[in-house]
Amino acid sequence: MLNVGKLNEGVVLDHIKAGKAMDIYRDLKLDKIDNCVAIIKNARSDKMGKKDIIKIETSIDSIDLDILGFIDHNITVNIIKDGEIVGKKNLTLPKKIVNVIKCKNPRCITSIEQELEQVFVLTNEEDAVYRCMYCEEKYS
Amino acid sequence: MRHLLNPLDFSVEELDELMDVALDISKNPQKYAECCKGKKIATLFYEPSTRTRLSFEAAMLNLGGSVLGFSSAASSSAAKGESVADTIRMVSCYADICAMRHPKEGAPLVASLNSSIPVINAGDGGHQHPTQTLTDLMTIRSLKGRLNNITIGLCGDLKFGRTVHSLINALVRYDNVRFILISPNELRVPDYIRQEVLTGNHAEFKEVTQLEDVMPELDILYMTRVQRERFFNEEEYIRMKDCYILDAKKMELAKPDMLVLHPLPRVNEISVEVDKDPRAVYFKQVQFGVYIRMALILKLLEIQV
Repeated sequence: MLNVGKLNEGVVLDHIKAGKAMDIYRDLKLDKIDNCVAIIKNARSDKMGKKDIIKIETSIDSIDLDILGFIDHNITVNIIKDGEIVGKKNLTLPKKIVNVIKCKNPRCITSIEQELEQVFVLTNEEDAVYRCMYCEEKYS
Repeated sequence: MRHLLNPLDFSVEELDELMDVALDISKNPQKYAECCKGKKIATLFYEPSTRTRLSFEAAMLNLGGSVLGFSSAASSSAAKGESVADTIRMVSCYADICAMRHPKEGAPLVASLNSSIPVINAGDGGHQHPTQTLTDLMTIRSLKGRLNNITIGLCGDLKFGRTVHSLINALVRYDNVRFILISPNELRVPDYIRQEVLTGNHAEFKEVTQLEDVMPELDILYMTRVQRERFFNEEEYIRMKDCYILDAKKMELAKPDMLVLHPLPRVNEISVEVDKDPRAVYFKQVQFGVYIRMALILKLLEIQV
C-alpha cells in the first residue's frame, strides 16, 4: 500500500467518494494555494470499499466548508495539529453557493451574461433543493 | 430603497395599503394629477409588450410625471452587447424609477442589484410578472370584495404563464383560497409551484384537464393565452392553442357572480360573445392595472399624498 506522510498542521478530508477528489480539488480552488496538498485516490476503506482522501497543509479557515457541505456532507473533515487529530468539523448544507454550479435554464439571464456570479440558494433543507437566485430554477 | 421583483416582496398588509391608495386614485384622480411632477419613469422593454408598457407610461403621465425608454432590445444598447448591469447604471442617471421587461429570467434582479433607482419587474421570461399580479389582486378585491374564501380556476398555459405563477404565489397567503388548475398535461404548473408554493403553504388544490367539469365550483376563472413565443415548436403550439376556449355555453355552467379575468391579450381562448357577459371583467382589469401601477410608483418613490 502506498504511504503518504503524516500532516503536522492542516486539514484532512476523509471519506470522499472514490474518484471525486479531483472535483473537490477544483471546487475548493486548491490549485490556487501555495501550500502542500496530497490527493490519495482509491484508498482502501472498511466503510466504503474505496475512498479518496485529500490532505492539505493549511488552516481550517481557508477551506470553504460550505462548498464541501454542498458537494457531499458525508465527507469527514479532520483538523490536525502537531500530527494529531484535534477536531472534526460537521458539514451542513450551505444557505448559498456562489460560482460552484451553473444554472442550466436556457431562459435564465446567466445564460447570456456569463460574467454574472452563479448564485444558488437553499430553498428546501429537507430535500436539499437549491434554486438559481435569478430564475429560481431547481438545480439538478 | 425598495424594488418590486416578485409579488411576495410586499407583505399582505403592504398590498392592502397599496390597493387602498389605488382605490382612492380611482375615485379622486385629480388629487394625484401633479404629485410626480418633475419625475421620470424609464420603461426598459427588451421584448415587445404594448399593454404593460403603455400601462406604466399612462400611470406616470396620470401622476404628472414623464416617461422615457425603449420598446425592444433591437432599439436599445443591448443590441450592441451591453449588459443589464451597465444599462441600469446608465438609466439610474436619467430617470427616477424604472420598469423592466426582459425575455431572460432574473434580469430585473440583476438590474436591482446594480441600480440606484427603484426597479419594477414588468415581466421576466416565464418567471414573474408582479404588477400583473397586483392588477389581478386589485380586480378581485374590488369586484369580489375579498381575497380570502374564494375558489379560483386557473386555465390554459400554466407551465409558461408567468402571470399564473405570480398570482398563485400571492394568493396562497390569504385564508381559504382553493385552487383548481385546468390545463393540458403538457402545460401543467411547474413542480416548484406545486410542491413548494401550493403544498408548502398547505393550499387546497386540484389539477384537472376539463374546464366544463369545474365551472360550477368557481368564484373566479383566470384564463390565459397559450403563448406562441414560449414554444420551441410551431406544430406543438398549433395542437395546443385551441384546447381551452371559453364560450357562452360554458359560461352557462358558472355561478351568476363568477368573474372571468384574463391578463390579455387574448387570442381565441375567450370567444368574443363572452365580452358582453357582465361577469367578463378583463377590460375593467386593464383600468385597475393603471391605478395600481400609479399607487406602486408613489410607494416606490416614497411620495405621500
